[in-house]
Amino acid sequence: MDSTSLEPSLYTVKAIFILDNDGNRLLSKYYDPELYPSMKEQKNFERNVFNKTHKADNEIAFLEGMTIVYKSSIDLFFYVVGSAQENELMLMSVLNCMFESLSHILRKNVERRCLLDNMEGVFLVVDEIIDGGVILESDPQQVLQKVNYRLMSEPAYGFVLLDYITGNLEAQTDRSQLL
Amino acid sequence: QHNMLDSSDAIARSGSNPFQHLEKSAVLQEARIFNETPINPRRCLHILTKIIYLLNQGEHFGTTEATEAFFAMTRLFQSNDVSCHLLIKSVLTVSLLNSFMVFYSLTKDMTGKEDVYRGPAIRALCRITDTTMLQAIERYMKQAIVDKVPSVSSSALVSSLHMVKMSYDVVKRWVNEAQEAASSDNIMVQYHALGLLYHLRKNDRLAVTKMLNKFTKSGLKSPFAYCMLIRIASKLLDETEGGHDSPLFDFIESCLRNKNEMVVYEAASAIVHMPNCTARELAPAVSVLQLFCSSPKAALRYAAVRTLNKVAMKHPSAVTACNLDLENLITDSNRSIATLAITTLLKTGSESSVDRLMKQISSFVSEISDEFKVVVVQAISALCQKYPRKHSVMMNFLSNMLRDDGGFEYKRAIVDCIISIIEENPESKETGLAHLCEFIEDCEHTVLATKILHLLGKEGPRTPQPSKYIRFIFNRVVLESEAVRAAAVSALAKFGAQNDDLLPSVLVLMQRCMMDSDDEVRDRATFYMNVLQQKQKALNAAYIFNGLSVSIPGLEKSLHQYTLEPSEKPFDMKSVPLATTPITEPKTEIAPVATSKLPEKLARSRQDIYQEQLAAIPEFQSLGPLFKSSEPVQLTEAETEYVVRCVKHTFARHMVFQFDCTNTLNDQLLQKVVVQMEPSEAYEVIHYIPAPSLPYSQPGSCYSLVRLPDDDPTAVSCTFSCTMKYLVRDCDPNTGEPDDDGYDDEYVLEDLEVTVADHIQKILKPNFGAAWDEVGDEFEKEETFALASVRTLDEAVGNIISFLGMQPCERSDKVPENKNSHVLFLAGVFRGGHDVLVRARLALADGVTMQVTVRSSEETVVDVILASVG
Repeated sequence: MDSTSLEPSLYTVKAIFILDNDGNRLLSKYYDPELYPSMKEQKNFERNVFNKTHKADNEIAFLEGMTIVYKSSIDLFFYVVGSAQENELMLMSVLNCMFESLSHILRKNVERRCLLDNMEGVFLVVDEIIDGGVILESDPQQVLQKVNYRLMSEPAYGFVLLDYITGNLEAQTDRSQLL
Repeated sequence: QHNMLDSSDAIARSGSNPFQHLEKSAVLQEARIFNETPINPRRCLHILTKIIYLLNQGEHFGTTEATEAFFAMTRLFQSNDVSCHLLIKSVLTVSLLNSFMVFYSLTKDMTGKEDVYRGPAIRALCRITDTTMLQAIERYMKQAIVDKVPSVSSSALVSSLHMVKMSYDVVKRWVNEAQEAASSDNIMVQYHALGLLYHLRKNDRLAVTKMLNKFTKSGLKSPFAYCMLIRIASKLLDETEGGHDSPLFDFIESCLRNKNEMVVYEAASAIVHMPNCTARELAPAVSVLQLFCSSPKAALRYAAVRTLNKVAMKHPSAVTACNLDLENLITDSNRSIATLAITTLLKTGSESSVDRLMKQISSFVSEISDEFKVVVVQAISALCQKYPRKHSVMMNFLSNMLRDDGGFEYKRAIVDCIISIIEENPESKETGLAHLCEFIEDCEHTVLATKILHLLGKEGPRTPQPSKYIRFIFNRVVLESEAVRAAAVSALAKFGAQNDDLLPSVLVLMQRCMMDSDDEVRDRATFYMNVLQQKQKALNAAYIFNGLSVSIPGLEKSLHQYTLEPSEKPFDMKSVPLATTPITEPKTEIAPVATSKLPEKLARSRQDIYQEQLAAIPEFQSLGPLFKSSEPVQLTEAETEYVVRCVKHTFARHMVFQFDCTNTLNDQLLQKVVVQMEPSEAYEVIHYIPAPSLPYSQPGSCYSLVRLPDDDPTAVSCTFSCTMKYLVRDCDPNTGEPDDDGYDDEYVLEDLEVTVADHIQKILKPNFGAAWDEVGDEFEKEETFALASVRTLDEAVGNIISFLGMQPCERSDKVPENKNSHVLFLAGVFRGGHDVLVRARLALADGVTMQVTVRSSEETVVDVILASVG
């Protein structure tokens, strides 16, 4: 690891995921196509991270060469992953923004059932905070302004949702080409 | 009733996840309602969420399924009720018609009145856009970048950044808009604009410098943008080797006083990671990190202690001031923080605190992740070098760690550490070997087992009781995989060759190995069996102790060549290029190591690469194999118009000088560049190969071919005066367009020296004594010299090694402390393929007296060495 060679770049976040208290994935996005390109590797990584972090709420860990900041609430675990050289506080600001925004749209009930019932809002929030690994917004108020508006009108929801679908499919096709 | 309650309970539980038992086919079935009119937005929404959830869980949609679903979604889009902006790339593959429609619709959204749709529409659109389509929306993108709504502007900037990889030339045209956005009041827009500007300009150092000047003065509001600026500034400082009096350094230092912790930390970390920082320059960074150590935020404590750990590697004294804060972190509930704190203290603390800290680590070492266990091992390894007397405590600790569970990286770190302790402290050898023997009895990692067997073969026979290792080694032959069995056979052979009283038993064991099921194991056993039975020291030295010294890729290539051209002559081993001894890099990294996921490939040595490059030049094809390539020698000062360095390539009867030239003037194009050489001795320059063209900042190489004097083999050193000659064509610095005609010019370079070291290739003889006997004393000569100007043995050893360019063996390059005499063993091969060995006995009195004994298979070589030493 050569930490001097941290290339100046806006690509800060490598991955984000939300797991339940059995370590099952509820939402996850990987922004670096070279990091765990297959679903199997991703789930292995999530499993490993979960096993090492779910017992103690330590906020930060270093695993598989990656800095991971995390937070738990009742039966949910939120993770933000960055490279070993990344500024830990930048990752924390993403994690805090995600947590506070979600806490607001879930009306402080940050737990599994409520999250699943508002899944569309969760997808929207994550997409407004990170775009392709770049921090798009770190102020929960701003995120909520954009998202709340849209929660009122279903039409608007289509945007990001489909963005999500195509993003995933895209990654899938890339992967199948790789194999 | 009880039953009913049960089942409803079960339903309630499984129902706690509404997406639990989703079936892909059922969801796709449901998706048909997309086609219904009038459309039911709520239901559609719910189904879309289900599809996303399935994708997220790794469900794969086949092309047909995806096509159908997307086709249906396009309808939604048509109905204008669910304005789905993005059906995107996948849709494009479905049909061109659809893509046009989506494209049209998204364009409408991104320019529409509804601000809240516009940002996402832009991001979605850019996902599906290719270079041609991007040009079509270029006008909209430019407008969007400077849009007054921050979310629109940010989306456009970030999307442009994503597009840079694909369509650099198009996005480059938006620099002015990005520049305007950078002065926005919105902090995120500022940050994104800065990021895009940097990505577009990063290859133009001048533009980056201007940009930095502008933004460091204007004062940005976004802490993210500050962090970005700090990174750009420190990269620029690093590249330009700017001194710490530069305004860039001042800027970074001023960020230590920023009110945002994120920026302060970024600045401190940047300063810590700068090469050549003095303790005084580090001090302000260290003191902010010290404050962070007592922060209530775990992430900040972690960041601070991780960075302090880094400082402690190079400047332990700079961190001593934080020892108290670090002590408090030892009990931190976050074990990563505690580990980093302890390993930092191990580096900064005194010898007396070592035992206490080690005890503290062992109390929780089982709780921390492998990554941090490796950090602990590396800290121990560093400690052993610092306090050799503590090696027994460390060895105990390491052997306990070796017994614990852990992955490959972790075990390898421990094994490496034990091996280095053994090498540093002869008295720890037996305990260390015993621990390793125990470890290989139950070791699942082939690489480690073979490595340890190799070490046992090398060290075991020279211990007082070699016989006790035989059992451990032979157990491997019985129990392990092929690779380990083969390594065990090689180790056994070394015991047989070194210890006469063990030979009969080794031969019996060897006999058994000859019946192994694996070819490689059998071949090795048969080979060693026959060599051992000869009972000749020279054979043992050449084939058992010291092995082949050729480059393996080179051998492969030579053999391949030999089979292509059938010939009566037997294959000549001397035609194979020698293996260059790997330069052992000083261990610097002790911070958490990013474990590489790629398997390590057999890296081609630098010399193999040169060999290939030179072979591609027709003039050099008849020179035979490349014997040695020197390290590059600078022939110009660092900051001159042209930068030239030279690599000396030695062949059997010739030398090729490779001049790597860089033109640092952006208003000149150089052509037909040669370096003219005037030798001081009977060396003859027979050919110049010019570099045809040398544009601004693109390095190029020209070559000179020199014949070595045949009649006087002792003429090994020579000085060349060098002049670079070329044709200059002035050109426009902006376009790079050169003038039609040019003029000749020249530039005087520094003199180039060829010394005896250029004629000798380093060869490592793992068993020097055996090699010494093998060469024999037929051409042995001895002479005594007084090195008056040298004050210490260390200095003398360093001088001799660098002067002769030979490989120190048996770790004789390390002079034990407080000794007045030392013996240095050097091995090498002289140009033409003759082994040469040097034994230098050094004695320290008023200056150093040196008695040099040289042996070689060729008399002239001995003379050359002695003549050049004197």
